[in-house]
Amino acid sequence: MKDFSGYVLFLDRSDINTDEIIPAKYLTEPDRENLGPYLLEDLELEGFDRTRDLQGRSVILTRANFGCGSSREHAPWALEINGFHMVIAESFARIFRQNMFNCGMLTVELPGETIDSLFSKYRGSEAYVTAEVDKSLLTISNTQSKDEISFHISGYDKELVKANGWVEYADLRY
Amino acid sequence: MGQTITQKIFHSHLVDKPFDEVSVLRLDRVFCHEITTPVAITDLVRKNKDRVFDPDKIKAVIDHVSPAKDSKTARQGKIMREWAGRHGITDFFDIGRNGVCHALFPEKGFVRPGFTIIMGDSHTCTHGAFGAFAAGVGTTDLEVGILKGVCAFKDPGTIKVTIEGSLEPGVFAKDVILSVIRELTVNGATNQVLEFEGETVDRMTMEERMTLCNMAVEAGATCGICKPDMTTVNYLWEFIKEDFSSREAALDSFARFLPDPDADYSRTLHFDAGSVEPMVTHGYKPDNVIPVSSMQGRKVDQVYIGSCTNGRIEDLRVAAAILKNRTVSDSLRAIVSPATTWVYNQALKEGILQTFMDAGFCVTNPTCGACLGMSNGVLAEGEVAAATTNRNFNGRMGKGGMVHLMSPATAAATAVTGVICNSELFSNKRSIS
Ligand code: SF4
Repeated sequence: MKDFSGYVLFLDRSDINTDEIIPAKYLTEPDRENLGPYLLEDLELEGFDRTRDLQGRSVILTRANFGCGSSREHAPWALEINGFHMVIAESFARIFRQNMFNCGMLTVELPGETIDSLFSKYRGSEAYVTAEVDKSLLTISNTQSKDEISFHISGYDKELVKANGWVEYADLRY
Repeated sequence: MGQTITQKIFHSHLVDKPFDEVSVLRLDRVFCHEITTPVAITDLVRKNKDRVFDPDKIKAVIDHVSPAKDSKTARQGKIMREWAGRHGITDFFDIGRNGVCHALFPEKGFVRPGFTIIMGDSHTCTHGAFGAFAAGVGTTDLEVGILKGVCAFKDPGTIKVTIEGSLEPGVFAKDVILSVIRELTVNGATNQVLEFEGETVDRMTMEERMTLCNMAVEAGATCGICKPDMTTVNYLWEFIKEDFSSREAALDSFARFLPDPDADYSRTLHFDAGSVEPMVTHGYKPDNVIPVSSMQGRKVDQVYIGSCTNGRIEDLRVAAAILKNRTVSDSLRAIVSPATTWVYNQALKEGILQTFMDAGFCVTNPTCGACLGMSNGVLAEGEVAAATTNRNFNGRMGKGGMVHLMSPATAAATAVTGVICNSELFSNKRSIS
């Protein structure tokens, strides 16, 4: 199982699409490692500076419909190569969400109000998140505050995460 | 409650039901091409899992950019070639023997009614024309398919699309499927299989059924599917004659996948074939569909006849009949890409390539090429194409280009006149002059 903890990158926008996560021009790249330097290269978000903001972060907290657009699995790969194993959002595009679990990564969906309150409480600070998949429990904290939030994960998705993705799951099982 | 074709295939291939909503199926075929497979191969190598479940069930082709156009695409071909070699994948089709995957693999007899097929390509649904469950998948699913011969699916529903009546002269399967997509919209069939049936479909050739099923994904469908019948058996007979005592025996055996009369459909649609006109897309979504007569006169820069939708021999015959003793308008350029080496050769023998060349068409080797805007006919910004392909997304055939999807007959007529127009074959409307 991957490590689901780390400092939070706040992306305060809805509908961040897979083109923004990894631009189409890198799709002829057969080695996913080579995608590393291009994560979020085309992200349109005021005040976002990828060279500064990606440093030392490994969890994304964002708004609704994250990962919409093309079905490219390069999007979760580009995240993984950069150490991002978990995205927390109000909602996800269907295929992106499946691709994340297929890769053994975690998406956590939380109600809009919860996302709102996390943004207002933790944004701008060094917020640290830990997700315990077995307990379906998320802990977020900074020097001033700490919150424990339970989340929903289906049995199948949990198995994929525990096996470190669909390739490992299927290889053990079939 | 009875079962649909898809449900019967799911039940006969079920390996595991890890959770209620998920079925893990045994795969009969894993198809591969050089755009999406190399990334799966390099990842399997990286994970120390460079194995294949069964080299005879994996079929591979280099088709999307062939010949390679730069070092990146050359490297993709190289990874495929070496992988096929080291795993003994003998059905590997390189340039000179290749063709657009969804035209080539049926032609080679690799598909059977009741089969389960995956490929890292969204138009894998084409193979449903044979009564198979065939679905496009992402890279991880492809990796698992290659490694273990299984794939997990959320159980899809089925929409029954009944088509009845006779098509007017000059109206083709392409016009029918464009009309279906207009009705369903681009996501109207998400997580659904489209089951095409009715007397019109029963009378269609396998090539026409492939055109129907090819574009099922443009309505969001997982797969398009047709009932296997004697037309299916006749098409496949050369490949299955060792396995069955007679064609009737083959048909009997395939009949186990026919839908039950009381099967459960999530939705039923009816189309009257007689009222379908030649259709064309406008805009950037495949459900932006209108009759050609409403778009008559739109100027075009490039005509493209080819692709897994309409690059087969029947398509080339229809276009050649219109092009015979005519020339391509000075105001545009025209390209034809026969879908496979066999189609190319057959068109050569029938004099069809000569007709295309006399008309002023450029005849390319079999490849996807221009269809996905990678080679052999990429558009410049602001240019307009009339194409027999299946996708008109913004920039699909080149950044800033517009694609109008249509039948080969409409494309040929457009090549002659220089503007989008109905072919003379269409009895109802103004013919080309
Ligand atoms: S012809 Fe076009 S749609 Fe068909 S497989 Fe090739 S690129 Fe895809």
